[in-house]
Amino acid sequence: MSPAKRYHALTIDEQKCMGCTHCMKVCPTEAIRVAGGLAEIRADRCVDCGHCMRACPVKAIYVEQDDLQNIQSFKYRVVLFPAVMIGQFPEKYTEDQIYAALLKIGFTHVFEVEQPIGILKTSIKEYCRKSPDNRPHISTFCPAIVRLIQIRYPSLTENLIKRKAPHDLVAHFAISELKKQGAKEEEIGLFYVTPCNAKISSVKSPVGETESIVDGIINMDAIYNRVMKAIDDSEAADTSARRQNLTRDGILWSLTRGEARNFGERSMAIDGIHNVIRFLERLENEEVPDIDFLELRACDQSCAGGIMMTGNRFLTVERLERRAKRYPPTWKLQNSPAIKESKQLKQKLVADTIIPKPAFSLDKDRKRALEKMARAQRIICFLPGIDCGACGAPNCQALAEDMVNGKAKMSDCIFLQQMWENEGKIDTKKALRNVEKKWGEKRFQADCNKRGRRNEGF
Amino acid sequence: MKLQFTIEGGNFSNAGHAASEIKKMLKQLGIEARCIRNIVIAMYEAEVNVVAHAFEGQILVDIETDKITTEIIDKGPGIPDIELAMQEGYSTASKKVREMGFGAGMGLPNIKKNTDEFYIESTVNSGTTLKMINYF
Repeated sequence: MSPAKRYHALTIDEQKCMGCTHCMKVCPTEAIRVAGGLAEIRADRCVDCGHCMRACPVKAIYVEQDDLQNIQSFKYRVVLFPAVMIGQFPEKYTEDQIYAALLKIGFTHVFEVEQPIGILKTSIKEYCRKSPDNRPHISTFCPAIVRLIQIRYPSLTENLIKRKAPHDLVAHFAISELKKQGAKEEEIGLFYVTPCNAKISSVKSPVGETESIVDGIINMDAIYNRVMKAIDDSEAADTSARRQNLTRDGILWSLTRGEARNFGERSMAIDGIHNVIRFLERLENEEVPDIDFLELRACDQSCAGGIMMTGNRFLTVERLERRAKRYPPTWKLQNSPAIKESKQLKQKLVADTIIPKPAFSLDKDRKRALEKMARAQRIICFLPGIDCGACGAPNCQALAEDMVNGKAKMSDCIFLQQMWENEGKIDTKKALRNVEKKWGEKRFQADCNKRGRRNEGF
Repeated sequence: MKLQFTIEGGNFSNAGHAASEIKKMLKQLGIEARCIRNIVIAMYEAEVNVVAHAFEGQILVDIETDKITTEIIDKGPGIPDIELAMQEGYSTASKKVREMGFGAGMGLPNIKKNTDEFYIESTVNSGTTLKMINYF
């Protein structure tokens, strides 16, 4: 594998990428273009939702992760994982057996991310009560949604709740718990297991925070494989004490309605980034009624459908809902020592203001932007409106916008080029060279072993 | 740059189309978010007004470097008492329209609130013309 064009957590493998339109077509922010037979992600527009990764038929988009060996350099090796992880495992495995497998892999401490959820819940409620002007309050739980709002709905950044996500909180919680056991901060290694690439970017370069305290990231599918290898069917030691702060609300938190059920008189939960976009368009136009709280998640079925989750998302949800029933509601634990003693945690909850980063303007200078827009409108008249993507841009409008920014040319449109050929304005050889420039040399020759051939990857 | 949209009276499912188009363009021009929001709210309200009350309408938009001018011209019943219609909560919307969540009588006042300049002309049994200007 040769890591090539890297951005955030997503990397395109040049050896594997064969140049097709799948990723480009599903990108909700039109951040992907194809040139030279390779997909390219535009950094300023990518929100790390991972939809491209899901759509890639040859698995050419991958997520970098930290080496699991890194944990060995710490005395206290802490794995922080979201409760949703447990939902992936077949039901024959008990929580004790899964915990035992994690310890066998080499961790010394196991923390489920949603343990201090009671504190977060109280804090969000308080925030919502104290800032009634910024309604509907929008959850910052899903990092892809936060970035989407920053770049595409900048006017809604004010509505984002200035509170951290559970995965940032649990790190502080774990440190304070371990310190009680006599650990020094430099001896503690915190490793976060992530269900998606958005959380990686958020942990490594957090929005709304100055720095992250996690020492490493492990992809969910990687740890799943390790656990499945290490797990055994025999009776495992009782580890319920390690879950004594876990609650029903915590287990459900990362699922759809997991937050919404807790806040506001009128709350809504929307999952799937394309659904979220349709709703935010309306919200921005004030086409929606009075709503108190909005839970927005980029993945269908929220984190159960995370890009790095293994197994079927609906089965995962079902298992977690059954698991949650065995745990107490948050209010029953509000007087537990760990929660009561976590006063300092409360200060850690507050996140910095999230600033807009609009990424769709045609030019910094308004006069030039207006000229470019007028030109793009004229160009559109000549494009076929088929939105085929053969030009390397996701649709005709995007191609026109690329053109006025000097990133594409008229002959990139294969239909226009065909017409010009017919009219004798361009010779056939040059036309083919143009298409090969986009899609790679010899890309169109017959080859039965061509990657991405029919049904591959589906 | 000049743009034109048509509005179909009674077709609520299509209301907001022009507002969304304009919003996308203003974002491409790098107009400040709050300013875009005002324009879009005013435009959406105006679109809904035409859909709810008139038979058909037209939106003419002119975007310049310092301002956006929008004219909404409809063929419809017209407004007999504009002063009354400008009061918050006054509405002549039918029960059917109200049941769809529209017609709370905030339309015109809300448009005025969200624009820098606002002009309204109306002839009963003929139609209404709104003109609004927002400076960037």
